[in-house]
Amino acid sequence: MFHLPRPSNRTIALALAAAVATCGVAYAQNEAVIKERQELMKHNGAAAKAASGFIRGTTPYDAAKGMEILTTLQDTAEKFGTLFPEDSKTGGDTEAAPAIWEKPDEFKAALAKYKADTDKAVAAAPQDVDSFKVAFGMVASNCKSCHEEFRIDK
Amino acid sequence: MAKRLLLILIVLLALGAGLFFWLTEPTRMESAALAEQDSGDAKRGERVFWLAGCESCHARPDAKGEAQLELAGGLPLKTDFGTFYAPNISPDPDDGIGRWTFADFANALQRGVDPEGRHLYPAFPYTSYVRMKHEDVADLWAFMKTLPQVKGRAPDHELSFPFNIRRGIGLWKLAFLSSNPVVTLPASASDAARAGQYLVEGPAHCGECHTPRRFAGAGGLDHARWLGGAPNPEGEGKVPNITPAADGLGSWSADEIAEYLATGFTPDFDTVGGAMVAVQENMAKLPDEDRQAIAAYLKAVPAVD
Repeated sequence: MFHLPRPSNRTIALALAAAVATCGVAYAQNEAVIKERQELMKHNGAAAKAASGFIRGTTPYDAAKGMEILTTLQDTAEKFGTLFPEDSKTGGDTEAAPAIWEKPDEFKAALAKYKADTDKAVAAAPQDVDSFKVAFGMVASNCKSCHEEFRIDK
Repeated sequence: MAKRLLLILIVLLALGAGLFFWLTEPTRMESAALAEQDSGDAKRGERVFWLAGCESCHARPDAKGEAQLELAGGLPLKTDFGTFYAPNISPDPDDGIGRWTFADFANALQRGVDPEGRHLYPAFPYTSYVRMKHEDVADLWAFMKTLPQVKGRAPDHELSFPFNIRRGIGLWKLAFLSSNPVVTLPASASDAARAGQYLVEGPAHCGECHTPRRFAGAGGLDHARWLGGAPNPEGEGKVPNITPAADGLGSWSADEIAEYLATGFTPDFDTVGGAMVAVQENMAKLPDEDRQAIAAYLKAVPAVD
């Protein structure tokens, strides 16, 4: 008859400690990176707000300020893709959708399009409100298309 | 004695089954009355189409542009009861609804009964469409008939017991299907708010996602928490509260709500996300007065805290 060796109390304690440590690692969320991406999205929100002033004509168009808006959006596009490590799926009120990690290729493609559109908009260097509308509109279409799949409301 | 008990039991079971069948009998609207109203206008019907958001479920998943008008179906709707697949409702005579009469269409849309007399699952929001005006239904039908015919059928629904028993939907309808208005607007409510009530409670079917369901999500909408926000039926997260509450749209003006529906930008210049993107893009296609009406109604409903 075969008997499993009875684990000593020490073995049990070690196993428990290991389990606790593992859980600790799994739940130690990278809140700094979550905060960083939330800040970048706030910059984009402020930029969009300024853009809407120009587009609606409540603020007279200013080409330097227009460029500032577009470069803010470009700056976010450059940094954003690096801010979704495996340990940042939850925590810090993140609204990042699991799809970001489940469909990494689609997420990468969406970010690449966003980046390419901001590059084009900055290169266009709009001098009047009509060309600004075109440049900004091209970039802004990325907000919705990305949020459709990759952000959840919490 | 045992035999007599058994006999009584059988009789009771038969009566119970009879009662079940009587209660769950699918009821259709009279064809004769409907036939007279089959005089819709396809151009007006296009507005109803975007308002009702038919293509959000019935176009192929992720269809954009012209492809949104190809109603091939196939979108999986994953719920706690199983997976529903939106059917092909293109005018294809074999795979779609090309052989349907106007009465067939109106009964499916407003009573949840198909041309074979079977109940349709309320994943199809006939519980809201039941409030639609007949002229809007006729216009929508006229528009649907102009759409491209598409071949191919969606998979059958994959549902768990007892939700896979269609006849049971009859009982569900007895409890939850009603064409009465949901809220009673104050006498002082504007014409816009009243117009918005029809749009929101009827064709736009906003409450189907923004209102929690009773009986652990299996029942009808909880009218006491109308538009007060609900769990996301498709998974993680929530569908927001859109009543004038503090954590709803309390701080938004009616113009800001209408603007959001037109552009997808919130007053803070955050953007629309998730399943609402497709809805917002449909709302953007409506005349401005419809968005204003929806906004006026959302400001007039009771706040749900």
